[in-house]
Amino acid sequence: MTVPIAYYLILAAILFSIGVASFLIKRNIITIFMSIELMLNAVNLTFVAFAHMWHQITGQIFVFFVMVVAAAEAAVGLAIIIAIFRTRQTLNVDQVNLLKN
Amino acid sequence: MSPNVLTLLPEIILTLTGVIIMLAEPLLPATSSRKPLGWLAILGTLAAGLASWYQTGFGTMHSFFGTIQVDSFSIFFHLLIAAIVLVTLLSSLDYFEGHATHAGEYFALTLFGATGMMLMTCSVELLMVFIGLEISSISTYIMAGFRKGQASATEASIKYFLLGSFATAFFLYGIALAFGSTGSTRIDSISLGLTTTATPTLALLSLGLIIIGIGFKVSAAPFHVWTPDVYQGAPAPVVGLMSTAPKAAAFAVLLRILFSGYPSYEPRWAALIWVLAVLSMTVGNLGALMQRDVKRMLAYSSIAHAGYLLVAYTAFPADGIASACFYTAAYAAMNVGAFTAITQIAGYQERARTIDDYTALALKRPVLAAVLGFFLLSLIGIPFTGGFFGKFYVFSAALHAGRVWLAVIGLLNSGIACFYYLRLLAALYSRPVTENDRVDAHTTVTVPAAIALTLTAVATLLLGIAPNRILGIAQHSADVTVHPNPAQPGADATTTSASR
Repeated sequence: MTVPIAYYLILAAILFSIGVASFLIKRNIITIFMSIELMLNAVNLTFVAFAHMWHQITGQIFVFFVMVVAAAEAAVGLAIIIAIFRTRQTLNVDQVNLLKN
Repeated sequence: MSPNVLTLLPEIILTLTGVIIMLAEPLLPATSSRKPLGWLAILGTLAAGLASWYQTGFGTMHSFFGTIQVDSFSIFFHLLIAAIVLVTLLSSLDYFEGHATHAGEYFALTLFGATGMMLMTCSVELLMVFIGLEISSISTYIMAGFRKGQASATEASIKYFLLGSFATAFFLYGIALAFGSTGSTRIDSISLGLTTTATPTLALLSLGLIIIGIGFKVSAAPFHVWTPDVYQGAPAPVVGLMSTAPKAAAFAVLLRILFSGYPSYEPRWAALIWVLAVLSMTVGNLGALMQRDVKRMLAYSSIAHAGYLLVAYTAFPADGIASACFYTAAYAAMNVGAFTAITQIAGYQERARTIDDYTALALKRPVLAAVLGFFLLSLIGIPFTGGFFGKFYVFSAALHAGRVWLAVIGLLNSGIACFYYLRLLAALYSRPVTENDRVDAHTTVTVPAAIALTLTAVATLLLGIAPNRILGIAQHSADVTVHPNPAQPGADATTTSASR
């Protein structure tokens, strides 16, 4: 028996929502960054599910590009996070608040 | 020359120049000047601009399995982005001198970012759009935090990075759902699929998510929260670049996606854009009224200008695209100009921050004050400046399409905008109350920066007194987008002859 395509899509939507929610709720920059990765992986799951549904390779190729770009983003993001930690000694977003009126 | 190479010639030139700069940077002695690398970057940008110009002779070209479409629309934005990057490089040539280590990387990153922006404007496949968007975003994340030791700069960088990646995830999810509902990620096939096979709910969701993703990138309200912080903390020349070039590219992508990808959903997305436009104009202008920090004020002003630009999207396609292209060019000229002037006034240490710091600037630096004043007048939309005709075309396009209320709200907003621009202008020309030493009064404006200021001022003036030529080019670009010439998916690197 095969798992219906809708199950994958619903799972992906739930994962994406968890990512959005934790992006908004979490206070540690690393955790916020991880929630973005979760959102990207939810998108990847959606692509693969649709690629299977349409019998098209486009969706799967898209996933490779998303993974590559996510890796590049992680390299830059972690470097910026290190720069933040060097100037502040903290990774709590509530304490990264110099720029205000 | 292979047609594949020809279509991406500007991007290839920029990338190669960037790579050469990256390789040369560590070979230079640590204490030596990085200016030669800057000049190399300027040469590369000029060559890329010429390459775009050279492409105009070939009509509409397709390459890389139909994912790249070089037409007058993409060439318009290529030339615009090359011009913005050229001015930014000229104005920042001396900026990092003696301050930052490895300033050569800055020039390379600028070129890589420009590559991504150009790639965005000539892709007709959402995969390529995504890659271009990320190349441009990742470069600008780093550039925003280039003053590494300063806490405010790294803070700007992290905020830009987190919210930018967040927006990218939304954009990607939109693409995934568009793929799910139509079975393709090519813009023309999506348009075809929407009229035949698509599930309406899925298609609507994808449209909404794509608009949210791009909305973040162009800082339209309510997705604007990152803009003031990032513009305040990032170095002034970088803000000049990232408030114009990536936005121009994102607006071009939005034009392509909405007008060629989702034409059958026009009433729905027009309603959505209507709301975004009104919110952006109002939030931007009201927010700017309350700012004391000049860069923060201009950040809110850029949100408002994104709103004016979005008004053009609700007009009829031909009018709307032409006026949006014209407005992008006018906004780029005056905004880059304003930030170039601010770079020269405040210096690397950004000593002049608030409006009070600019008091009586005209007594100390009359020419700089006059140039900055001119850009402010253009941002208000005074006649004989590019800003006036930008607003004029956008609002008349909206009126032509029967969007009377939108035009009225836009005009009211332009009225509100006068207050904060004029407050800064008045500060420039008022008498000093106390001795003010915040402004960098002694360093002279260097020749490259003077060239940058002249170029932007002349461009703003020309767009204000002879707008017809640029408008003609913009209308020509609009024709290509409204009546697209779809490529055959299998036909690689076909060159269709110029239709007009």
